Amino acid sequence: MFTGLFLELKEAGVPVSLREYLDLLAATQAGVADQSVDDFYYLARTALVKDERHLDRFDRVFAHVFRGLEKPEGEETTAEIPEEWLKKLAELNLSDEEKEAIEAMGGWEKLMETLKQRMEEQEKRHQGGSKWIGTAGTSPFGAYGYNPEGVRIGQDGNRNFSAVKVWDKREFKDLDGEVEINTRNIKVALRRLRRFAREGAATELDIDDTINSTAKNAGWLDLKMVAERHNAVKLLLMLDIGGSMDWHIRACEELFSAARSEFKHLEAWYFHNCLYENVWRENIRRHRQTTPTWEVLHTYPSDYKLVLVGDASMSPYEIAVPGGSVEHFNEESGETWLRRVLQVYPKAVWLNPVPQERWRYTGSIGMVHEIMDGRMYPLTLEGLDDAMRELS
Amino acid sequence: MRFQGTETYVTTDDLSVSVNAAITLERPLLIKGEPGTGKTVLAAEIAKALGKNLIDWTIKSTTKAQHGLYEYDAVARLRDGQLGDERVKDVANYIRPGKLWEAFTADETPILLIDEIDKADIEFPNDLLQELDRMEFYVHETHQTVRAERRPIVIITSNNEKELPDAFLRRCFFHYIKFPDAETMAQIVEVHFPSIKQRLVAEAMRVFFELRDVPGLKKKPSTSELLDWLKLLMADDISPDALRSQEAGTVIPPLYGALLKSEQDVHLLERLAFLHRRERG
Repeated sequence: MFTGLFLELKEAGVPVSLREYLDLLAATQAGVADQSVDDFYYLARTALVKDERHLDRFDRVFAHVFRGLEKPEGEETTAEIPEEWLKKLAELNLSDEEKEAIEAMGGWEKLMETLKQRMEEQEKRHQGGSKWIGTAGTSPFGAYGYNPEGVRIGQDGNRNFSAVKVWDKREFKDLDGEVEINTRNIKVALRRLRRFAREGAATELDIDDTINSTAKNAGWLDLKMVAERHNAVKLLLMLDIGGSMDWHIRACEELFSAARSEFKHLEAWYFHNCLYENVWRENIRRHRQTTPTWEVLHTYPSDYKLVLVGDASMSPYEIAVPGGSVEHFNEESGETWLRRVLQVYPKAVWLNPVPQERWRYTGSIGMVHEIMDGRMYPLTLEGLDDAMRELS
Repeated sequence: MRFQGTETYVTTDDLSVSVNAAITLERPLLIKGEPGTGKTVLAAEIAKALGKNLIDWTIKSTTKAQHGLYEYDAVARLRDGQLGDERVKDVANYIRPGKLWEAFTADETPILLIDEIDKADIEFPNDLLQELDRMEFYVHETHQTVRAERRPIVIITSNNEKELPDAFLRRCFFHYIKFPDAETMAQIVEVHFPSIKQRLVAEAMRVFFELRDVPGLKKKPSTSELLDWLKLLMADDISPDALRSQEAGTVIPPLYGALLKSEQDVHLLERLAFLHRRERG
């Protein structure tokens, strides 16, 4: 009956199954929705969506199926971007020269006004050229362009590879460990790191010991309790985020999600490109709340095992030279910082999502590889397996 | 059996559709939402509205699925055996029924609340799949099957601390309680304090929503905190003008302890207030 809705939901990436669809039909038949559209919408939502992250997607599919509106999540995603937001973004990121260049064009107000006008004029997808909004042109509007007056619209993350100065502020996605797709294999690999230990309150009956001591006690019951077994391995996870890592975000999310459920003592920190004097916990707040790396080194004792995750693809300056970071002025070079953490945590590996056969094409990977004493592994199941063997 | 909210609980349309779907199809209903939006209270209110018994199973990090079914007290039996107690001959004497057993064998359809299911171990929901699906389980010690004559109405709440397995989610209906908008909030306040002074409420709500907008708060005040705060304001007989004179977000509201639960948040607000005063001064 509502097969269209069901199929489109599946296509839009909402995880729906036949069982849920049958539930919806059964509930409709039982008269829960009372033939009102609103009630049916609520019913379909409660039966088919099981995660608040998918609510928005569901809404858009529902609107499309039942009102024939525009299809969601096409090739070209159009979104309304509030002017304030664009403005703020630019103010934060533009250098003085770039701001001057914008002034030359008539200032922000002018730029935004023109943008609005063109948005209205433009109806079709557009690529190239120098006036319309679209991709890869020299118009100030659109993505993938190199015009310093440009405004980036509807582009997925970063396109440049070895940027010496990254142009726009990337809206990094937080790897919040909430993605539970296909993490089972990773969990199995991580299992190699298990070190069970009994810690904490004694809550389990120790049968062997009880029998033993009862026998010694001439048959009088003598209960022995032990603590439950927990995985006692402590893991310090440091993840590169943003920039060229955008391609690997899925693999990293899966790894992080698996690690979080596997280890009780898991501390995760983020850095960008290379490790410097500051790291942060939540990517959304990275510009306000950073933690000095020194503090991290002092907080977690050296029995923590260190796992660095990153593509190590950057300009060599970012590793070798003080002040080489793309985002701030670092007083000590990335190499100094990397060697420092390796000294504190002797058990350490670097996981690299870039396929191993491509490592030799990027100079910085070789540099990191050398700093890590060869303990760099590809982020594949075999690589993970090897890495865990190295750590254990 | 239809649930339409109660005198003390304001429900939105979508919530009552979810609840009714769960009741009609006899499926568990999974409730998520911001803390303090009334997830746990919902089960009690459904019980009240439908005149059913509420069986409350609160989950802790050490809770095992088996605890909900039954527990076999081997230690007590061993001791009794040593003391030569007659009871020891029947193993059934040492089987302690859990909350699910209680719900399955109740005389009248009960409401079973499984509160904060995400607190338990990651395998916990999986261990309950069959039991919640077929509403029956097998007791190995006594070779008996406990089967629900009347399927209980199951309400499950989660705070999203752990991801729930897909197989489990497929068997539930799901509802996410949004933070109420100003209008619904006014209804909620009206339900809880029918005689409260209109102006006080208006001022308090303004302060409350502005406070929620302060960026960077660790824990935004929620509905339950607003209700507590109003209770305090009424008890202290604070006048609406006292609230009005505050520019919320710039000066700490009176009796803020009910709204802000962390020291950092209070500091943040004080700092904002200080900056604001300096700007003006």
